[in-house]
Amino acid sequence: MTLPLFSTTEDPGPDFAGLIRRLRVAVHPMVAAPAGGSPAGAHGPGEFRHGTTVVALRFADGIVMAGDRRATEGHSIAHRAMEKVFPADRFSAVAIAGAAGPAVEMVRLFQTQLEHYEKVEGVVLSLEGKANQLGQMVREHLPMAMQGLAVVPLFAGFDLARQTGRIFTYDVTGGHYEETEHNATGSGGRDARTTIKLGYRVGMARDEAVELAIEALYEAADEDSATGGPDLVRGIYPLVATVTAQGFAPVPEDEVAERFAALIERRRAEGRQP
Amino acid sequence: MTMPYYVAPEQVMKDRAEYAQKGIARGRSLIATTYDEGIAIVAENPSRSLHKISEIYDRIAFAGVGKYNEYDQLRVSGIRHADTKGYAYSREDVDARSLANLYAQYLGQVFTHEMKPLEVEILVAELGTGQHPPQLYHIAYEGTITDEDRYAVLGGETETIAQRLEEAWVSGWPLPDALRAAVSALAGPDRTLGGSDLEVAVLAQGNGRRAFRRLMDAELEGLLG
Repeated sequence: MTLPLFSTTEDPGPDFAGLIRRLRVAVHPMVAAPAGGSPAGAHGPGEFRHGTTVVALRFADGIVMAGDRRATEGHSIAHRAMEKVFPADRFSAVAIAGAAGPAVEMVRLFQTQLEHYEKVEGVVLSLEGKANQLGQMVREHLPMAMQGLAVVPLFAGFDLARQTGRIFTYDVTGGHYEETEHNATGSGGRDARTTIKLGYRVGMARDEAVELAIEALYEAADEDSATGGPDLVRGIYPLVATVTAQGFAPVPEDEVAERFAALIERRRAEGRQP
Repeated sequence: MTMPYYVAPEQVMKDRAEYAQKGIARGRSLIATTYDEGIAIVAENPSRSLHKISEIYDRIAFAGVGKYNEYDQLRVSGIRHADTKGYAYSREDVDARSLANLYAQYLGQVFTHEMKPLEVEILVAELGTGQHPPQLYHIAYEGTITDEDRYAVLGGETETIAQRLEEAWVSGWPLPDALRAAVSALAGPDRTLGGSDLEVAVLAQGNGRRAFRRLMDAELEGLLG
Protein backbone atom coordinates (compact mmCIF):
# COMPACT_ATOMS: atom_id res chain seq x y z
CA MET A 1 0.00 0.00 0.00
CA THR A 2 1.14 3.53 -0.66
CA LEU A 3 -0.15 6.74 0.81
CA PRO A 4 -3.36 7.57 -1.10
CA LEU A 5 -2.64 11.02 -2.53
CA PHE A 6 -4.61 12.65 -5.32
CA SER A 7 -4.20 15.72 -7.47
CA THR A 8 -6.69 18.45 -6.63
CA THR A 9 -8.85 17.62 -9.65
CA GLU A 10 -8.98 13.89 -8.85
CA ASP A 11 -9.57 14.23 -5.14
CA PRO A 12 -12.60 12.21 -3.98
CA GLY A 13 -13.17 14.54 -1.01
CA PRO A 14 -14.95 12.96 1.95
CA ASP A 15 -16.62 10.28 -0.20
CA PHE A 16 -15.37 6.85 0.86
CA ALA A 17 -17.17 4.94 -1.90
CA GLY A 18 -15.55 7.26 -4.45
CA LEU A 19 -12.19 6.70 -2.78
CA ILE A 20 -12.22 2.91 -2.99
CA ARG A 21 -13.45 3.13 -6.57
CA ARG A 22 -10.44 5.28 -7.44
CA LEU A 23 -8.04 3.05 -5.53
CA ARG A 24 -9.69 -0.06 -6.97
CA VAL A 25 -9.67 -1.95 -3.69
CA ALA A 26 -12.37 -4.15 -2.22
CA VAL A 27 -15.06 -2.82 -4.54
CA HIS A 28 -18.09 -4.99 -4.40
CA PRO A 29 -18.39 -6.56 -7.84
CA MET A 30 -21.70 -6.22 -9.62
CA VAL A 31 -22.07 -9.88 -10.41
CA ALA A 32 -22.95 -10.62 -14.04
CA ALA A 33 -24.92 -13.79 -13.42
CA PRO A 34 -25.55 -15.05 -9.90
CA ALA A 35 -24.72 -18.70 -9.41
CA GLY A 36 -26.99 -21.30 -7.84
CA GLY A 37 -30.52 -21.51 -9.17
CA SER A 38 -32.77 -18.78 -10.43
CA PRO A 39 -33.32 -16.07 -7.88
CA ALA A 40 -36.99 -15.29 -7.55
CA GLY A 41 -37.25 -11.76 -6.23
CA ALA A 42 -36.44 -10.22 -2.89
CA HIS A 43 -39.13 -11.93 -0.91
CA GLY A 44 -39.40 -15.20 -2.79
CA PRO A 45 -37.32 -18.29 -2.21
CA GLY A 46 -33.96 -18.11 -3.97
CA GLU A 47 -30.72 -19.89 -3.26
CA PHE A 48 -29.35 -16.90 -1.38
CA ARG A 49 -29.55 -15.97 2.24
CA HIS A 50 -32.36 -13.57 2.89
CA GLY A 51 -32.91 -11.35 5.87
CA THR A 52 -36.50 -10.76 6.92
CA THR A 53 -38.55 -8.61 9.33
CA VAL A 54 -37.23 -5.32 10.68
CA VAL A 55 -39.30 -2.58 12.31
CA ALA A 56 -38.75 1.00 13.44
CA LEU A 57 -41.02 3.29 15.39
CA ARG A 58 -40.80 6.70 16.98
CA PHE A 59 -41.32 7.34 20.64
CA ALA A 60 -41.11 10.42 22.85
CA ASP A 61 -37.27 10.52 23.12
CA GLY A 62 -36.20 9.02 19.80
CA ILE A 63 -36.66 5.81 17.87
CA VAL A 64 -36.76 2.08 18.52
CA MET A 65 -35.51 -0.36 15.92
CA ALA A 66 -35.79 -4.12 16.02
CA GLY A 67 -35.14 -7.09 13.78
CA ASP A 68 -35.50 -10.85 13.91
CA ARG A 69 -32.47 -13.16 13.68
CA ARG A 70 -33.36 -15.68 11.00
CA ALA A 71 -31.70 -15.96 7.59
CA THR A 72 -33.11 -18.37 5.03
CA GLU A 73 -31.72 -20.00 1.92
CA GLY A 74 -34.67 -21.06 -0.16
CA HIS A 75 -36.83 -23.05 2.21
CA SER A 76 -34.15 -23.92 4.73
CA ILE A 77 -32.88 -21.91 7.64
CA ALA A 78 -29.35 -20.74 6.91
CA HIS A 79 -28.55 -18.91 10.12
CA ARG A 80 -30.36 -18.54 13.43
CA ALA A 81 -28.51 -15.67 15.01
CA MET A 82 -28.01 -13.20 12.21
CA GLU A 83 -27.80 -9.54 13.12
CA LYS A 84 -29.97 -7.22 11.08
CA VAL A 85 -29.89 -4.09 13.23
CA PHE A 86 -26.65 -2.11 13.26
CA PRO A 87 -25.47 1.21 14.61
CA ALA A 88 -24.74 3.37 11.53
CA ASP A 89 -22.94 5.91 13.68
CA ARG A 90 -23.43 7.37 17.15
CA PHE A 91 -26.88 8.85 16.42
CA SER A 92 -28.37 6.56 13.84
CA ALA A 93 -29.19 2.93 13.20
CA VAL A 94 -29.73 0.90 10.08
CA ALA A 95 -31.65 -2.35 9.67
CA ILE A 96 -31.62 -4.58 6.63
CA ALA A 97 -34.00 -6.88 4.80
CA GLY A 98 -33.27 -8.73 1.60
CA ALA A 99 -30.28 -10.68 0.34
CA ALA A 100 -28.00 -11.05 3.37
CA GLY A 101 -24.60 -10.97 1.66
CA PRO A 102 -24.94 -7.66 -0.16
CA ALA A 103 -27.01 -6.21 2.70
CA VAL A 104 -24.32 -6.77 5.32
CA GLU A 105 -21.71 -5.47 2.88
CA MET A 106 -23.81 -2.36 2.27
CA VAL A 107 -24.05 -1.71 6.01
CA ARG A 108 -20.28 -2.02 6.39
CA LEU A 109 -19.73 0.43 3.55
CA PHE A 110 -22.33 2.80 4.97
CA GLN A 111 -20.80 2.74 8.45
CA THR A 112 -17.33 3.37 7.04
CA GLN A 113 -18.69 6.12 4.81
CA LEU A 114 -20.26 8.03 7.71
CA GLU A 115 -17.17 7.76 9.88
CA HIS A 116 -14.91 8.67 6.97
CA TYR A 117 -16.91 11.79 6.23
CA GLU A 118 -16.84 12.79 9.87
CA LYS A 119 -13.08 12.40 10.16
CA VAL A 120 -12.15 14.05 6.87
CA GLU A 121 -14.55 16.98 7.21
CA GLY A 122 -14.35 17.35 10.98
CA VAL A 123 -18.16 17.54 11.25
CA VAL A 124 -20.91 14.94 11.33
CA LEU A 125 -23.31 14.62 8.39
CA SER A 126 -26.88 15.74 9.05
CA LEU A 127 -29.44 12.95 9.47
CA GLU A 128 -30.97 13.86 6.14
CA GLY A 129 -27.49 13.68 4.56
CA LYS A 130 -26.97 10.22 5.98
CA ALA A 131 -30.34 9.07 4.65
CA ASN A 132 -29.44 10.38 1.18
CA GLN A 133 -26.10 8.61 1.26
CA LEU A 134 -27.79 5.31 2.00
CA GLY A 135 -30.26 5.99 -0.81
CA GLN A 136 -27.39 6.38 -3.27
CA MET A 137 -25.92 3.07 -2.15
CA VAL A 138 -29.24 1.29 -2.63
CA ARG A 139 -29.57 2.89 -6.07
CA GLU A 140 -26.09 1.74 -7.11
CA HIS A 141 -27.12 -1.73 -6.05
CA LEU A 142 -30.10 -1.71 -8.44
CA PRO A 143 -28.52 -3.97 -11.13
CA MET A 144 -28.10 -6.68 -8.50
CA ALA A 145 -31.59 -6.06 -7.19
CA MET A 146 -32.89 -6.68 -10.71
CA GLN A 147 -31.23 -10.08 -10.55
CA GLY A 148 -33.11 -10.94 -7.39
CA LEU A 149 -30.54 -9.77 -4.84
CA ALA A 150 -32.51 -6.84 -3.52
CA VAL A 151 -31.48 -5.02 -0.38
CA VAL A 152 -34.09 -2.90 1.36
CA PRO A 153 -32.76 -1.05 4.39
CA LEU A 154 -34.60 0.85 7.06
CA PHE A 155 -32.80 3.88 8.44
CA ALA A 156 -33.61 5.81 11.60
CA GLY A 157 -31.82 8.14 13.92
CA PHE A 158 -31.95 11.08 16.22
CA ASP A 159 -31.82 14.42 14.41
CA LEU A 160 -29.69 16.62 16.66
CA ALA A 161 -30.69 19.79 14.84
CA ARG A 162 -34.43 19.15 15.19
CA GLN A 163 -34.13 17.24 18.48
CA THR A 164 -36.40 14.46 17.31
CA GLY A 165 -36.27 10.88 16.08
CA ARG A 166 -36.79 10.33 12.33
CA ILE A 167 -37.36 7.22 10.22
CA PHE A 168 -36.62 6.68 6.53
CA THR A 169 -37.74 3.76 4.38
CA TYR A 170 -36.30 2.75 1.01
CA ASP A 171 -37.30 0.90 -2.09
CA VAL A 172 -34.97 -1.08 -4.37
CA THR A 173 -34.42 1.90 -6.66
CA GLY A 174 -32.90 3.93 -3.83
CA GLY A 175 -35.98 6.08 -3.44
CA HIS A 176 -36.38 7.01 0.20
CA TYR A 177 -39.33 8.36 2.06
CA GLU A 178 -39.59 9.78 5.50
CA GLU A 179 -42.08 8.06 7.77
CA THR A 180 -43.96 10.11 10.28
CA GLU A 181 -44.35 7.46 12.96
CA HIS A 182 -43.34 3.90 12.14
CA ASN A 183 -42.62 1.34 9.47
CA ALA A 184 -41.50 -2.23 8.92
CA THR A 185 -39.92 -3.98 5.98
CA GLY A 186 -39.02 -7.51 4.90
CA SER A 187 -41.18 -10.53 4.17
CA GLY A 188 -42.98 -10.27 7.53
CA GLY A 189 -43.21 -6.51 7.30
CA ARG A 190 -46.91 -6.49 6.56
CA ASP A 191 -47.85 -8.32 9.76
CA ALA A 192 -45.43 -6.25 11.78
CA ARG A 193 -46.86 -3.01 10.36
CA THR A 194 -50.41 -4.02 11.21
CA THR A 195 -49.45 -4.87 14.79
CA ILE A 196 -47.65 -1.57 15.26
CA LYS A 197 -50.52 0.35 13.69
CA LEU A 198 -52.99 -1.15 16.18
CA GLY A 199 -50.87 -0.44 19.24
CA TYR A 200 -49.22 2.84 18.29
CA ARG A 201 -49.78 6.15 20.04
CA VAL A 202 -47.92 9.43 19.52
CA GLY A 203 -45.39 10.20 22.25
CA MET A 204 -45.07 6.71 23.69
CA ALA A 205 -42.57 6.07 26.45
CA ARG A 206 -39.45 4.05 25.72
CA ASP A 207 -40.70 0.89 27.47
CA GLU A 208 -44.02 0.92 25.64
CA ALA A 209 -42.28 1.39 22.30
CA VAL A 210 -39.85 -1.48 22.93
CA GLU A 211 -42.80 -3.61 23.98
CA LEU A 212 -44.69 -2.80 20.78
CA ALA A 213 -41.67 -3.51 18.56
CA ILE A 214 -41.29 -6.89 20.22
CA GLU A 215 -44.97 -7.66 19.77
CA ALA A 216 -44.76 -6.72 16.09
CA LEU A 217 -41.86 -9.10 15.53
CA TYR A 218 -43.71 -11.80 17.44
CA GLU A 219 -46.74 -11.47 15.18
CA ALA A 220 -44.59 -11.37 12.04
CA ALA A 221 -42.77 -14.54 13.08
CA ASP A 222 -46.12 -16.19 13.70
CA GLU A 223 -47.30 -15.58 10.13
CA ASP A 224 -44.10 -15.53 8.06
CA SER A 225 -41.93 -18.63 7.65
CA ALA A 226 -38.82 -16.57 6.93
CA THR A 227 -39.04 -14.56 10.14
CA GLY A 228 -37.66 -16.05 13.33
CA GLY A 229 -39.48 -15.66 16.63
CA PRO A 230 -37.86 -15.78 20.06
CA ASP A 231 -35.79 -18.96 20.21
CA LEU A 232 -36.34 -20.04 23.80
CA VAL A 233 -34.44 -23.29 23.35
CA ARG A 234 -31.20 -21.70 22.21
CA GLY A 235 -31.76 -18.38 23.99
CA ILE A 236 -31.64 -16.33 20.78
CA TYR A 237 -33.85 -13.22 20.79
CA PRO A 238 -34.51 -10.49 18.24
CA LEU A 239 -32.20 -7.50 18.39
CA VAL A 240 -33.71 -4.29 19.69
CA ALA A 241 -31.98 -0.91 19.91
CA THR A 242 -32.93 2.67 20.68
CA VAL A 243 -31.46 5.93 19.39
CA THR A 244 -32.04 9.02 21.52
CA ALA A 245 -30.24 12.27 22.29
CA GLN A 246 -27.78 10.08 24.23
CA GLY A 247 -27.00 8.06 21.11
CA PHE A 248 -27.38 4.47 19.97
CA ALA A 249 -28.10 2.00 22.76
CA PRO A 250 -28.85 -1.70 22.31
CA VAL A 251 -31.65 -2.99 24.54
CA PRO A 252 -30.03 -5.65 26.78
CA GLU A 253 -30.78 -9.23 25.74
CA ASP A 254 -32.09 -10.03 29.24
CA GLU A 255 -34.67 -7.29 28.94
CA VAL A 256 -35.77 -8.53 25.51
CA ALA A 257 -36.06 -12.09 26.84
CA GLU A 258 -38.12 -10.90 29.81
CA ARG A 259 -40.45 -8.91 27.61
CA PHE A 260 -41.08 -11.89 25.34
CA ALA A 261 -41.80 -14.08 28.36
CA ALA A 262 -44.15 -11.42 29.73
CA LEU A 263 -45.90 -11.09 26.37
CA ILE A 264 -46.59 -14.82 26.17
CA GLU A 265 -47.66 -14.92 29.82
CA ARG A 266 -50.02 -11.99 29.39
CA ARG A 267 -51.72 -13.54 26.39
CA ARG A 268 -52.24 -16.81 28.24
CA ALA A 269 -53.76 -14.94 31.17
CA GLU A 270 -56.09 -13.07 28.82
CA GLY A 271 -57.25 -16.36 27.38
CA ARG A 272 -55.79 -15.58 23.94
CA GLN A 273 -53.56 -17.84 21.93
CA PRO A 274 -49.94 -17.15 22.72
CA MET B 1 27.53 32.35 -22.42
CA THR B 2 26.53 31.36 -18.93
CA MET B 3 27.83 28.03 -17.66
CA PRO B 4 25.55 25.70 -15.71
CA TYR B 5 27.20 26.00 -12.33
CA TYR B 6 27.84 23.16 -9.95
CA VAL B 7 26.24 22.98 -6.51
CA ALA B 8 27.43 20.31 -4.13
CA PRO B 9 24.67 17.88 -3.06
CA GLU B 10 25.54 18.64 0.57
CA GLN B 11 24.77 22.26 -0.09
CA VAL B 12 21.44 21.44 -1.80
CA MET B 13 20.32 19.31 1.13
CA LYS B 14 21.48 21.87 3.63
CA ASP B 15 19.56 24.63 1.88
CA ARG B 16 16.41 22.55 1.72
CA ALA B 17 16.67 21.54 5.36
CA GLU B 18 17.18 25.13 6.38
CA TYR B 19 14.19 26.20 4.31
CA ALA B 20 11.94 23.56 5.89
CA GLN B 21 13.17 24.26 9.40
CA LYS B 22 12.49 27.96 9.00
CA GLY B 23 8.97 27.27 7.82
CA ILE B 24 8.28 24.92 10.72
CA ALA B 25 9.80 27.25 13.33
CA ARG B 26 7.42 30.03 12.28
CA GLY B 27 4.44 28.06 13.63
CA ARG B 28 3.58 27.20 17.20
CA SER B 29 4.69 24.00 18.89
CA LEU B 30 2.89 20.88 20.05
CA ILE B 31 3.37 18.28 22.78
CA ALA B 32 2.12 14.72 23.00
CA THR B 33 2.54 12.80 26.22
CA THR B 34 1.36 9.53 27.65
CA TYR B 35 -0.66 9.54 30.86
CA ASP B 36 -2.31 6.88 32.99
CA GLU B 37 -5.27 6.27 30.64
CA GLY B 38 -3.77 7.00 27.25
CA ILE B 39 -2.16 9.78 25.27
CA ALA B 40 -2.79 13.53 25.55
CA ILE B 41 -1.91 15.91 22.72
CA VAL B 42 -1.66 19.62 23.44
CA ALA B 43 -1.10 22.21 20.73
CA GLU B 44 -0.87 25.94 20.85
CA ASN B 45 -3.56 26.88 18.37
CA PRO B 46 -5.88 29.86 18.69
CA SER B 47 -8.12 28.62 15.84
CA ARG B 48 -11.25 26.64 16.73
CA SER B 49 -11.75 25.17 13.28
CA LEU B 50 -8.35 24.74 11.64
CA HIS B 51 -7.20 21.77 13.64
CA LYS B 52 -3.65 20.59 14.23
CA ILE B 53 -4.80 17.41 15.96
CA SER B 54 -7.26 14.93 14.56
CA GLU B 55 -8.58 11.41 14.54
CA ILE B 56 -7.22 8.87 12.06
CA TYR B 57 -8.73 5.61 13.25
CA ASP B 58 -10.09 3.83 16.31
CA ARG B 59 -6.87 4.06 18.33
CA ILE B 60 -4.76 6.33 16.14
CA ALA B 61 -4.46 10.10 16.17
CA PHE B 62 -2.58 12.56 13.98
CA ALA B 63 -0.96 15.87 14.81
CA GLY B 64 0.98 18.26 12.61
CA VAL B 65 2.87 21.52 12.86
CA GLY B 66 4.14 23.82 10.15
CA LYS B 67 2.23 24.73 7.03
CA TYR B 68 -1.47 23.99 7.46
CA ASN B 69 -2.36 22.99 3.90
CA GLU B 70 0.58 20.58 3.77
CA TYR B 71 -0.05 18.70 6.98
CA ASP B 72 -3.79 18.73 6.39
CA GLN B 73 -3.25 16.92 3.10
CA LEU B 74 -1.16 14.36 4.97
CA ARG B 75 -3.88 14.03 7.60
CA VAL B 76 -6.58 13.30 5.00
CA SER B 77 -4.42 10.77 3.18
CA GLY B 78 -3.77 9.05 6.53
CA ILE B 79 -7.51 8.76 7.16
CA ARG B 80 -7.95 7.40 3.65
CA HIS B 81 -5.21 4.86 4.14
CA ALA B 82 -6.57 3.69 7.49
CA ASP B 83 -10.23 3.52 6.43
CA THR B 84 -9.37 1.69 3.21
CA LYS B 85 -7.20 -0.80 5.03
CA GLY B 86 -9.79 -1.39 7.74
CA TYR B 87 -12.48 -1.87 5.11
CA ALA B 88 -10.46 -4.22 2.92
CA TYR B 89 -9.06 -6.31 5.81
CA SER B 90 -10.30 -5.78 9.34
CA ARG B 91 -10.36 -2.97 11.88
CA GLU B 92 -7.69 -4.61 14.00
CA ASP B 93 -5.27 -4.75 11.06
CA VAL B 94 -4.92 -0.98 10.98
CA ASP B 95 -1.77 0.06 12.83
CA ALA B 96 0.15 3.25 13.35
CA ARG B 97 3.55 1.80 12.46
CA SER B 98 2.73 1.11 8.84
CA LEU B 99 1.07 4.51 8.49
CA ALA B 100 4.09 6.24 10.05
CA ASN B 101 6.34 4.41 7.59
CA LEU B 102 4.25 5.57 4.66
CA TYR B 103 4.43 9.15 5.89
CA ALA B 104 8.21 8.85 6.35
CA GLN B 105 8.65 7.48 2.84
CA TYR B 106 6.54 10.21 1.32
CA LEU B 107 8.24 13.03 3.23
CA GLY B 108 11.66 11.57 2.39
CA GLN B 109 10.81 11.35 -1.26
CA VAL B 110 9.50 14.90 -1.45
CA PHE B 111 12.57 16.15 0.40
CA THR B 112 15.04 14.61 -2.06
CA HIS B 113 13.14 14.79 -5.33
CA GLU B 114 10.92 17.83 -5.32
CA MET B 115 11.77 21.48 -5.66
CA LYS B 116 10.39 22.35 -2.27
CA PRO B 117 10.41 20.17 0.84
CA LEU B 118 7.26 19.99 2.93
CA GLU B 119 7.39 22.43 5.80
CA VAL B 120 5.81 20.08 8.30
CA GLU B 121 6.56 17.84 11.20
CA ILE B 122 3.97 15.23 12.06
CA LEU B 123 3.08 12.84 14.81
CA VAL B 124 1.22 9.55 14.62
CA ALA B 125 0.06 8.40 18.05
CA GLU B 126 -1.35 5.00 18.87
CA LEU B 127 -3.02 3.99 22.08
CA GLY B 128 -1.48 0.94 23.74
CA THR B 129 -3.24 -2.36 24.23
CA GLY B 130 -2.73 -5.09 26.83
CA GLN B 131 0.64 -6.22 25.48
CA HIS B 132 1.78 -3.10 23.63
CA PRO B 133 2.72 0.22 25.22
CA PRO B 134 1.40 3.43 23.67
CA GLN B 135 3.46 4.58 20.71
CA LEU B 136 4.35 8.03 19.45
CA TYR B 137 5.90 8.21 15.98
CA HIS B 138 7.51 11.54 15.29
CA ILE B 139 8.24 12.17 11.61
CA ALA B 140 10.39 15.11 10.55
CA TYR B 141 10.22 17.11 7.29
CA GLU B 142 12.93 14.98 5.62
CA GLY B 143 11.36 11.67 6.55
CA THR B 144 13.33 10.86 9.68
CA ILE B 145 11.15 8.77 11.94
CA THR B 146 11.64 8.35 15.66
CA ASP B 147 9.43 6.45 18.06
CA GLU B 148 8.88 7.55 21.61
CA ASP B 149 6.95 5.92 24.38
CA ARG B 150 6.99 8.85 26.81
CA TYR B 151 6.48 12.15 25.06
CA ALA B 152 7.18 13.98 21.81
CA VAL B 153 7.65 17.67 21.04
CA LEU B 154 7.04 19.04 17.55
CA GLY B 155 7.65 22.47 16.05
CA GLY B 156 10.17 25.23 16.73
CA GLU B 157 12.26 25.52 19.92
CA THR B 158 11.72 21.84 20.58
CA GLU B 159 14.84 21.50 22.71
CA THR B 160 13.88 24.11 25.29
CA ILE B 161 10.30 22.87 25.44
CA ALA B 162 11.41 19.23 25.76
CA GLN B 163 13.79 20.22 28.53
CA ARG B 164 11.01 21.94 30.45
CA LEU B 165 8.73 18.94 30.00
CA GLU B 166 11.44 16.45 30.96
CA GLU B 167 11.80 18.14 34.34
CA ALA B 168 8.13 17.69 35.14
CA TRP B 169 7.45 14.37 33.41
CA VAL B 170 6.25 11.45 35.57
CA SER B 171 5.41 7.99 34.27
CA GLY B 172 1.67 7.21 34.44
CA TRP B 173 0.62 10.64 35.69
CA PRO B 174 -3.05 11.62 35.72
CA LEU B 175 -4.51 13.76 32.92
CA PRO B 176 -4.78 17.11 34.78
CA ASP B 177 -1.09 16.93 35.82
CA ALA B 178 -0.02 15.98 32.31
CA LEU B 179 -2.02 18.83 30.76
CA ARG B 180 -0.77 21.46 33.21
CA ALA B 181 2.86 20.41 32.69
CA ALA B 182 2.47 20.34 28.90
CA VAL B 183 0.86 23.78 28.85
CA SER B 184 3.52 25.36 31.03
CA ALA B 185 6.26 23.71 28.97
CA LEU B 186 4.72 25.18 25.80
CA ALA B 187 4.24 28.60 27.39
CA GLY B 188 7.68 28.93 28.97
CA PRO B 189 8.46 31.10 31.96
CA ASP B 190 7.32 34.41 30.46
CA ARG B 191 3.86 33.59 29.09
CA THR B 192 0.66 31.96 30.24
CA LEU B 193 -1.66 30.02 27.92
CA GLY B 194 -5.38 29.71 28.60
CA GLY B 195 -7.96 27.31 27.23
CA SER B 196 -8.73 29.57 24.27
CA ASP B 197 -5.08 29.45 23.05
CA LEU B 198 -5.01 25.68 23.05
CA GLU B 199 -6.20 22.71 21.10
CA VAL B 200 -6.28 19.58 23.25
CA ALA B 201 -7.31 16.02 22.46
CA VAL B 202 -6.83 12.63 24.04
CA LEU B 203 -6.73 9.02 22.97
CA ALA B 204 -8.16 7.40 26.07
CA GLN B 205 -8.89 3.79 27.02
CA GLY B 206 -12.36 4.57 28.38
CA ASN B 207 -13.76 6.12 25.19
CA GLY B 208 -14.98 2.91 23.56
CA ARG B 209 -14.05 1.83 20.04
CA ARG B 210 -13.14 5.32 18.88
CA ALA B 211 -10.66 6.40 21.51
CA PHE B 212 -10.13 9.93 20.16
CA ARG B 213 -11.84 12.81 21.93
CA ARG B 214 -11.36 16.56 21.91
CA LEU B 215 -11.28 18.40 25.21
CA MET B 216 -12.91 21.79 24.87
CA ASP B 217 -14.25 24.83 26.67
CA ALA B 218 -15.45 24.17 30.21
CA GLU B 219 -14.06 20.65 30.41
CA LEU B 220 -10.60 21.83 29.39
CA GLU B 221 -10.66 24.83 31.73
CA GLY B 222 -11.68 22.49 34.54
CA LEU B 223 -8.78 20.13 33.85
CA LEU B 224 -6.28 22.98 33.59
CA GLY B 225 -7.55 24.26 36.93
